[in-house]
Amino acid sequence: MTDLVEIRGPAGQSPLAGPRELADPAALVELRDAVVVRGARPVLTIDRLAIADGATLALVGPNGAGKSTLLLALASLIRLGRGALSFRGMPVGRGTELAYRRHIGLVLPDPLLLDTTVFANVAAGLRFRGVPSASVRPRVTEWLGRLGVAHLHDRPARQISSGEAQRVSLARALVLEPDLLLLDEPFASVDAATRARLLDDLEGLLRETHVACVIVTHDLDEAVRLGDRMAVMVAGRIRQVDTPERVLAAPVDEDVATFVGAETRLPGRVVSSEEGVAVVDVGGSQVEAVSALPPGRAVLCCLRPEDVTLWSVDPGAVPTKVVSSARNQLTGRVSRMVAQGSLVRVSIDCGATLVATITRASAADMGLAEGATVLATFKASAVHLIPLAG
Amino acid sequence: MIGSLADGVQQLLAGLGGADLVEITLLSLGVSGLATAISLLIGLPLGTWLALSRFRSRGLVLSVVNTGMALPPVVVGLFVAFLLWRSGPLGDLGLIYSPSAMVIAEVIIATPVILGLTVAALGQLDPRLRLQLMGLGASRWQTVWWLWRETRLPLLAALMAGFGSVISEVGAAMMVGGNILHQTRVLTTAIVVEVGRGEFEKAVGLGIVLLALAFAVNGVLTWAQQRGPGRQDASR
Repeated sequence: MTDLVEIRGPAGQSPLAGPRELADPAALVELRDAVVVRGARPVLTIDRLAIADGATLALVGPNGAGKSTLLLALASLIRLGRGALSFRGMPVGRGTELAYRRHIGLVLPDPLLLDTTVFANVAAGLRFRGVPSASVRPRVTEWLGRLGVAHLHDRPARQISSGEAQRVSLARALVLEPDLLLLDEPFASVDAATRARLLDDLEGLLRETHVACVIVTHDLDEAVRLGDRMAVMVAGRIRQVDTPERVLAAPVDEDVATFVGAETRLPGRVVSSEEGVAVVDVGGSQVEAVSALPPGRAVLCCLRPEDVTLWSVDPGAVPTKVVSSARNQLTGRVSRMVAQGSLVRVSIDCGATLVATITRASAADMGLAEGATVLATFKASAVHLIPLAG
Repeated sequence: MIGSLADGVQQLLAGLGGADLVEITLLSLGVSGLATAISLLIGLPLGTWLALSRFRSRGLVLSVVNTGMALPPVVVGLFVAFLLWRSGPLGDLGLIYSPSAMVIAEVIIATPVILGLTVAALGQLDPRLRLQLMGLGASRWQTVWWLWRETRLPLLAALMAGFGSVISEVGAAMMVGGNILHQTRVLTTAIVVEVGRGEFEKAVGLGIVLLALAFAVNGVLTWAQQRGPGRQDASR
């Protein structure tokens, strides 16, 4: 349960230890003790969220988790029931909101272009800021070019495709050369191919410009690619924030584990612990995990499906251990197979249910079918233990 | 029929005299135009505020505004006449039977129309457009300006409806203006007088002038609407 959140830039300053009473002057933007209430229900509760210059935070979580609400709160576009937003250590509130918003660039899931030309759309934010016309034109032209839509310059915004519109929407925010870029599912309205290309371009632009960025996405791949850090939100709270690799490997609770795709989640109890390896009793089977948790502790064993290897076993033969460095070897029957693109998701019933993904090709080689007996192996280091109460 | 129309126009020009006709037409245009302009100045900002704000009794206010859109002109005339009557609460102003009284009554008729249609026009926008504009650094006024620009077609329709509601109105103009020749006689009240006298040709002639006037004004507004200011500014 980490609501104390540090988002640090690639410069890698040492993280501040513990919460402070005053706004953190080293943070570009900081949200503290923030609560947003809708009706009588709090829809967002953030103890502390700081974003450093140049860092990219990927905000992920299931639908309705409050990601977009948090983004609007960071844009000072939503009234906080409580709490404070600060920019470079200065409070953002009545009287300073407009000045603050002129440091940010906002992109929403739909492009929401204005009914005018592409050029005038991208120029809008600069005109709001009173940038002289002489410098508006070259800047707009440059950014339309960088996003590959220079040829649309004079076209009415209503007459371009949704992929083009999304590029224009990104150009409209990036042309402002903001200190903080806030992106809410910026690729929601485009097809998969366009999405992949836009993602490439955005990744490049973020690296080139070193602009601090918060991107809301429900796509883990996007979050892993773009985020220096990843924050997982569930039910209006940030449950975990860490590097994407750490979040995927070591989710802090079951909700986060579910969201980040640890499909096998087995409740059990630690029976012994030696040299950093805990043995967990999971419904009669023994699972070894790299963990320092003491015996007697109730835990949830989390395992990602891509970390499970399957071996075919002759039916009727006495199950034997295979030669593998994996310390966990469980035998079971295939209860379900679901094709997912080039992969097959296999559910194995071995007392508890284990989920593995293997390629279609290896499933065919093994002659895998529902009802077949298989041996599932996985490393102790692939098993992540979440301590449970009790 | 064509013959009788031609006769009517001839009769009109002969009977009213060209000067009187021009005077009546200009007064119609002046009173209704001024009333529409004032209604726009009240209805557009107020409608924008109503469309963009959320408060407890907003639904009630909107119901009142929508009822106001269907306000019978005769009732408005009665109300304004009562206020401005020499012995009435505002009688000392001496406005009864003056063009000013007609403008007041017509403002009361046209304002709810423009107000209600402004709320409806802005209400159709994606609410996130406002957030997007503000997120790009637009001030309050810059945001409102762009929201108006995005709804310019329905807003011009609101203006046309406002003008249409007063140029064609007769009950209030009669009651508070009094239909005094050279002072408060407008096209609609003149038509009523001519019909009362049995001068149908004159009445038809005046009706044609009224239609032509309404067509001309709405034609200009429609042209402005369809030209679409945004579509021409590619060079901006």
